[in-house]
Amino acid sequence: MTTTASSAPETYDTPASRVPGVTTGDVLDGRVPDGSPATAWARRKLAYKLVNPANRRKFKIIVVGTGLAGSGAAAALGELGYDVHSFTYHDAPRRAHSVAAQGGINAARARKVDNDSIERFVTDTVKGGDFRGREVDAFRLGEESVRVIDHLNAIGAPFAREYGGALATRSFGGVQVSRTYYTRGQTGQQLQVASAQALLRQVDAGTVTLRTRHEMLDLIIDDGRARGVIMRNLLTGEITSHTADAVVLATGGYGNVFYFSTLAKNSNASAAWRATQRGALFASPSFIQFHPTALPVSSRWQSKTILMSESLRNDGRIWVPLAPGDERAPNDIPEGERDYYLERRYPTFGNLTPRDVASRNASEQITAGRGVGPLKNSVYLDFRDAIARLGAAKIAERYGNLFEMYTHATGEDPYKVPMRIAPGAHFTMGGLWSDYNQMTSIPGLFVGGEAGWGYHGANRLGANSLLSACVDGWFTLPYSIPNYLAPLLGQPRLADDGPAAREALARARSRVDSLLAVDGQHGPTYFHRLLGDILYAGCGVHRTAETLTTAITAIRELRERFWTELRVAGTGDHLNQELERAGRVADYLELAELMCVDALDREESCGAHFRGEHQVDGEAARDDELWAFVSAWEAPGDGTFVRHHEPLSFDAVPLQKRNYR
Amino acid sequence: MKLTLDVWRQDNPAGPGRLETYEVLDATAEMSVVELLDRLNEQLVESGADPIAFESDCREGICGACGVTVDERPHGAQPNTPSCHQRLARYSDGDRIRIEPLRSAAYPVIRDLVVDRSALDRVITAGGHVAIAAGTAPDADAAALDFAAAEMALDFAACIGCGACVAACPNGAAHLFVGSKLAHLAALPTTKAERGRRARAMITEMELDFGPCSSYGECADVCPAGIPLTAIAAVNKERLRAVLHRGND
Repeated sequence: MTTTASSAPETYDTPASRVPGVTTGDVLDGRVPDGSPATAWARRKLAYKLVNPANRRKFKIIVVGTGLAGSGAAAALGELGYDVHSFTYHDAPRRAHSVAAQGGINAARARKVDNDSIERFVTDTVKGGDFRGREVDAFRLGEESVRVIDHLNAIGAPFAREYGGALATRSFGGVQVSRTYYTRGQTGQQLQVASAQALLRQVDAGTVTLRTRHEMLDLIIDDGRARGVIMRNLLTGEITSHTADAVVLATGGYGNVFYFSTLAKNSNASAAWRATQRGALFASPSFIQFHPTALPVSSRWQSKTILMSESLRNDGRIWVPLAPGDERAPNDIPEGERDYYLERRYPTFGNLTPRDVASRNASEQITAGRGVGPLKNSVYLDFRDAIARLGAAKIAERYGNLFEMYTHATGEDPYKVPMRIAPGAHFTMGGLWSDYNQMTSIPGLFVGGEAGWGYHGANRLGANSLLSACVDGWFTLPYSIPNYLAPLLGQPRLADDGPAAREALARARSRVDSLLAVDGQHGPTYFHRLLGDILYAGCGVHRTAETLTTAITAIRELRERFWTELRVAGTGDHLNQELERAGRVADYLELAELMCVDALDREESCGAHFRGEHQVDGEAARDDELWAFVSAWEAPGDGTFVRHHEPLSFDAVPLQKRNYR
Repeated sequence: MKLTLDVWRQDNPAGPGRLETYEVLDATAEMSVVELLDRLNEQLVESGADPIAFESDCREGICGACGVTVDERPHGAQPNTPSCHQRLARYSDGDRIRIEPLRSAAYPVIRDLVVDRSALDRVITAGGHVAIAAGTAPDADAAALDFAAAEMALDFAACIGCGACVAACPNGAAHLFVGSKLAHLAALPTTKAERGRRARAMITEMELDFGPCSSYGECADVCPAGIPLTAIAAVNKERLRAVLHRGND
């Protein structure tokens, strides 16, 4: 691996924004260790301060969310001896949306002789992210990936095995080696269930206090530090304050802002957005991955798009009819009249091109009139050749439950006719900005998993999301949080009814009251669906200054309508799902504007962020001279936005054009 | 198509419940049972009424949050399919459907179709876990687990925790749920040292809230994860084994 000098310019001025209301702010310190990124984590761990085991129980840590990052962090910190308080809005920790990830978890174990290594993992991750993530974070991720597999295997995730008993692997999009560990098409489920059980083990042991059916409404800040959270008991409506010495947000991504997304219906941005309103910076909000293998939308009343695992692209071939508007059934279209456009344009990677490339190409085919299905909004994913080569039994062994799921959803049998797939809003690479220690710009507020911005740059590599959530939860936060806590030993904790807590409590209550008081005629879902339409059209797979400007105006208008035409049925003192949804949609209406502002501001194409104005030969055109930095936004809520930035440097993986041909 | 729905409404755990009748005029064959409830709720909200509380989240058949009783059958008419994947294709214009909460003494109704399934988690909390702390795990390739054993563990590990098995059981037994967890963990090499302890803890806790198993088999018919009926046998097997091994693990 080359170690050329840092390829980011030593000093550079960030470009002034052309977006009205946007000003540029400070250079952010990512607190990245100096020197070689390959050894940074070892050196940083050595530098971390420790908390003596006898003192650990004196520190109270709140972890919000019980997905892979949240349950891992809470379980690990509880095991270490801290007083951990875990919250989830679900009735059980196992239901967190990590459970739905199907494909697999990457690990740079390099056991096979396909020439994999941690360096290759880092190269794939950094390059896959189109050089808009932190290189040194990718090294940490790769290094801990080995331990994460061992740990999750040990606590009950039955990874797929070879006949001889060794762990089995497969390959994923954007990668030429086989480093993805899996459990059929239920990898997320097995990792999540194992992690949730590990969390419940700590509950049983008394080291973790778990509160289910609690939703975070606000963050308590005192003296510039995160001191706790405001929670609403979803059953009784009671709103209470909970203070702590440190707070971890592991609350997932915000892809649901698009209404039609692959996320669970309750996944939301509220906790992260509330932190932003209290001063935490929000990084790269416009970097949203559109998954190429979502099921197409078939009706207005559909509630979401279902995701088919990307692993299907290992054996499925993607194509559209050559002739626009071809009405024939897929099996009636002869070989010569099919366009296997990914294999044609990207012979090296073929159907395994990274997600952004696959989604953009599908979107182009659909826009050009070659979309298939009743609404002409999808492309074919065809297993005919794989079934002929391997037999239906082998395909069933590999993807059986995915094929069943597809049949349930569409009534079609993918063993006989090709699947139909379309790009759908999926994973969010943006999130709360954090430094190398996973701490946000608010001291004491940590972030893990998809709620943060780490690792993925402008495009997440397949099977890296489970990995990043697991590593954050089990092996990064348990090191970095004690380092923050150690100097606080002996300092009094803010009381649950201290002035800052009371102030946050009053603010949260008044917001709930204001949602209940609007007295209009439309439920929150009505507005959410309209917001989704605006975003798919304005800030979707393909963005231009024009679509984004239109979207910003439309979002502002919709937000005004929301606050005059909303109706929240019922009251605030019982289980009220309309009230829960209303709060989340209110937040989406604010976050959506920031997403469009970020997309409009960033005058380049990178990864999932494809600006029509910035392309060469139909491929995304990055601008490393001007934009090799992470935008981290301050959004005070008054229509102005401040773009702070963290310059990115690439030492081990020199800046290069992504080329999957 | 037009469907008439009789839906269970209940304001709070203590309150009396009642069936209320609604009509949905624009139901379609692709809609799932939970999307039908979405559509009804949207109508209720627009007309100024209170929507029906029900649970669902991932809508991909994996989180286990959804689960209602459709015409007296947990999740609905199609076997081994969660409510979020029960499509309306089997109904015709003018049909009448009754939707109620999952029914079991172990699941108190919270509101409308939402029930409290925390008794299931109490069983897991009692012993459905592995005593290995972060950082202490052995190399995953070092402990032998062959292909067949891993596949068998996976068959049982597929449980999504929806709890329909309990609601389907005339006795309100949780043997399919508990047995699937016991069989899954017992198959793994890293968890053998605590096998007996786990079985004792989980089965003791299970018997506090759930009924005895009479091998009716309804549980396996409704299970969205297709957990095999042999999971039930795992409860008795692990119980007996724990007695014989008392003190050894």
